[in-house]
Amino acid sequence: MEDLKHEGSAKTPVVEFNSNGELLLKGRSIPENSIEFYKPLIEWLESYSESPNSTTVLSVQLEYFNTSSSKCILDVFKKLESVSGSEISVKWHYEEDDEDMLEAGEDYEAIIDLPFEMIEVEEI
Amino acid sequence: MATTTFDLYNLMERDNVLLAFKGTVTSDLLSSVFQIMESKMVDLNDSPATKKKVFNVLVECLQNLYHHIDDFDNENTIFDTSTGDKKSAIFSISRHEDYYNIVTGNFIYPKNVDEITSKITHINSLDRDQLKAYYKEVLGNGKLSEKGGGGLGLIDIAKKSRNKLGYSFKEIDKDYSFFTLIVKILKK
Repeated sequence: MEDLKHEGSAKTPVVEFNSNGELLLKGRSIPENSIEFYKPLIEWLESYSESPNSTTVLSVQLEYFNTSSSKCILDVFKKLESVSGSEISVKWHYEEDDEDMLEAGEDYEAIIDLPFEMIEVEEI
Repeated sequence: MATTTFDLYNLMERDNVLLAFKGTVTSDLLSSVFQIMESKMVDLNDSPATKKKVFNVLVECLQNLYHHIDDFDNENTIFDTSTGDKKSAIFSISRHEDYYNIVTGNFIYPKNVDEITSKITHINSLDRDQLKAYYKEVLGNGKLSEKGGGGLGLIDIAKKSRNKLGYSFKEIDKDYSFFTLIVKILKK
């Protein structure tokens, strides 16, 4: 299947969903209409789940996201959670001092049944 | 006495206004405002954590405004007199010694006053841990509305600003009220 790539903009993150199981979401996610932005990601995961790689790692490196995106990101996690036949994990990155972003990661970790690794970085 | 431009200037100067806007809030306008605020804040002598938090809360406040002004799209009752467009809104960002203030104002239907009041009263009654739990609950259970709001906006604003939400209503006439939201963010 084809990889999913999105370059990223002032309001949307870089997306690199590779069929080898390496998934990246990086930058900022503050679009007014997040459903529209995240729809292709959910659809891609839907196809991916038909024959996933033996390991899948979603690396989330977000600097900002709005509450509208927070629901869609939850949908991405839920979709991942439902993928069977792959060892799935999430690497949640947050900038040092950014307790809001760490907290957001912990919220997802509590809701989603996937292993989360919290990674502090100097700058995203 | 009529308010002159100079009066307005002095008022904004006194309140340390970084940016103020009155008019129709569109997605493109918000893109410009976020860009302006980001470049303005680069030169300000605040910690990166403060700048980040202010930007974050600003995005939420202005998008909240954007989504809710949209409510008037659902009914063909948009006010149409020379006194102005009721889809118009106002917002300002001001920077003080120890805190930032983000203020937004928009027209709402009087029937929504009670709902907004009870939502804010509830949020303001929660301590930090309760607010975090409430956020998680709404995140996990709620559905996104078509406009993209998930009922999380005000909760998120209160949670991130670490402050009680300030608000007021002014009754304009039987059809409209004016809702003001005041968010204070202490510098870190």
